[in-house]
Amino acid sequence: MAQGVLIYAEAREGRLRRVTLELAGKGAELAAKRGEPLAAALLGSGVEPLAKVLGEHGVDVVYLADDPALKDYTTDAYARVMTDITRAAGPALLFLGATAIGRDLAPRLAARLGCGLASDCVALDLGADGLRATRPVFAGKVVTEVGFKGSPCVATVRPNVLPPAARQEGRAAEVRRVTVTLDAADRRTAVAEVIKAAGEVVDLAEADIIVSGGRGMKGPENFGIIAGLAKALGGAVGASRAAVDAGWIEHSHQVGQTGKTVSPTLYIACGISGSVQHLAGMSSSKCIVAVNKDPEAAIFKVADYGIVGDLFQVVPALTAEVKRLREG
Amino acid sequence: MNIVVCVKNVPDTEARITVAPDGKGIVEEGITFVVNPYDEYAIEEALRIKERVGGTVTVVGLGPERAKDALRTALAMGCDEAVHLCDEALAGGDAQAAARALAAALKGIPHDLVLCGKQAVDDDSAQVGPALAELLGLPQVTVVTKLDIDESGKCARARREMDGFAEVVSTPLPAVITAQKGLNEPRFPSLPGIMKAKRKEMKVLTAAGLGLDAGQVGAAGSPTTVLAMSVPSRARRKCMVEGEPPDAASKLAGLLRTEAKVI
Repeated sequence: MAQGVLIYAEAREGRLRRVTLELAGKGAELAAKRGEPLAAALLGSGVEPLAKVLGEHGVDVVYLADDPALKDYTTDAYARVMTDITRAAGPALLFLGATAIGRDLAPRLAARLGCGLASDCVALDLGADGLRATRPVFAGKVVTEVGFKGSPCVATVRPNVLPPAARQEGRAAEVRRVTVTLDAADRRTAVAEVIKAAGEVVDLAEADIIVSGGRGMKGPENFGIIAGLAKALGGAVGASRAAVDAGWIEHSHQVGQTGKTVSPTLYIACGISGSVQHLAGMSSSKCIVAVNKDPEAAIFKVADYGIVGDLFQVVPALTAEVKRLREG
Repeated sequence: MNIVVCVKNVPDTEARITVAPDGKGIVEEGITFVVNPYDEYAIEEALRIKERVGGTVTVVGLGPERAKDALRTALAMGCDEAVHLCDEALAGGDAQAAARALAAALKGIPHDLVLCGKQAVDDDSAQVGPALAELLGLPQVTVVTKLDIDESGKCARARREMDGFAEVVSTPLPAVITAQKGLNEPRFPSLPGIMKAKRKEMKVLTAAGLGLDAGQVGAAGSPTTVLAMSVPSRARRKCMVEGEPPDAASKLAGLLRTEAKVI
């Protein structure tokens, strides 16, 4: 009989990613409802100290696979170890972050285990007949409720949506060491090179604040205005498809249906008219600000605050004001 | 090199989506269906590889009658063969069930490389590529923005997007690669291509033809079910901040701090 909740603990540069603590929060809640324990699978090389952090955030059992062979994420090796851990733990529910790694790993794992997966969920709950997962489709134009047959029920969860688990000083998890044995079939791919973007890392999915520019930016040289406001707010830079397709900024910044779907606390759209596909990608943001010179722009219909005006004047003024407030 | 590309027919990204009265699907009337945008990158990449090293490109699509349109477009772009998995028994399935049907089809088609879009822009599940790789026992590289096939045709290097950085992954072939925007700039179908595609016969396969029981695929074979669908709505303040730019900016910053409490 499947029992308990298992979360995939994702480590990056010696720290747990925030989404892992978000999974721990939801995992602990649902495990308590079932009267069962919360376990975490912690994979990597030199990640053992993070087991303590997981314990402090509500995890009861940590399956620790700490091995040099797991230094880099590779699909085959991680899928193998996660399969072994999942079979050993036998969970009813398995959650991963909808990160680059989670989105690569979870579908393969589900296929291997022959079970169902709901991707990129924004809410998870237990109904009378098991897990109910809420997930946006059509980049957020529609929301679906998904039910499962069989177990484990697997879900990847969008970062930045669920509240992280609170830290409980002194709480500890039982650590179960997992022996990592990899066959040739688990070592087919390798990370040959890691390419860090010059300048600041764009991690739109986890950003609390996003400042985006669109067609109204008029050219690549003007994105400095957007970056200036983003920096003052401690946020990330986004862009509309129009700006990306014009070659003004890289696709990794694109918000919308063929870019990223985001739900930050604050989304500031500058010179973005608000096409259906863009709105789909950002309309779940908690607070939306629009700056556009066209009072009829569709973006104003979804905005909490709007300014009809020239972004080349408004945005720098806003940047100065934010700096003043933050310093004051 | 024998390349297989999986394609899906999806509503255009500018389409407004409404939920059907049963709350389990969308209203398809009045919607323009197009080739899933990420699949276009997959098709284009396959064609470029074929143009460089020779071989064939076969497109495989799963879906109702209208899925033929996507396959037809792929043929018009220059793909050689099209296979349509079309059967009532395959309908209503989730991503894992779709991968099962596609895997069964691919077992009958020689493939040195399998290309898929990184996700379909309708259900956004991003599962079919990796699940297909698993079911075929192949390695995978997902969300790829650059693909270099080695001269030997035995291995490849793929640049994939991570969260905030990129990595280059080396993989033996055959492998499943899922395409991200940025991989290439897809071509438009040529007029002769369109004419040729119209005359081209497509292979149609049913669940039975794939050697699958109806219970393994479609709605019956899916481990997940859509229980309900709705269009989200969120009340917005819709507050227009007036004034000259410096005043408006100052008022806005104040509202964001004291009213919305977000900065």
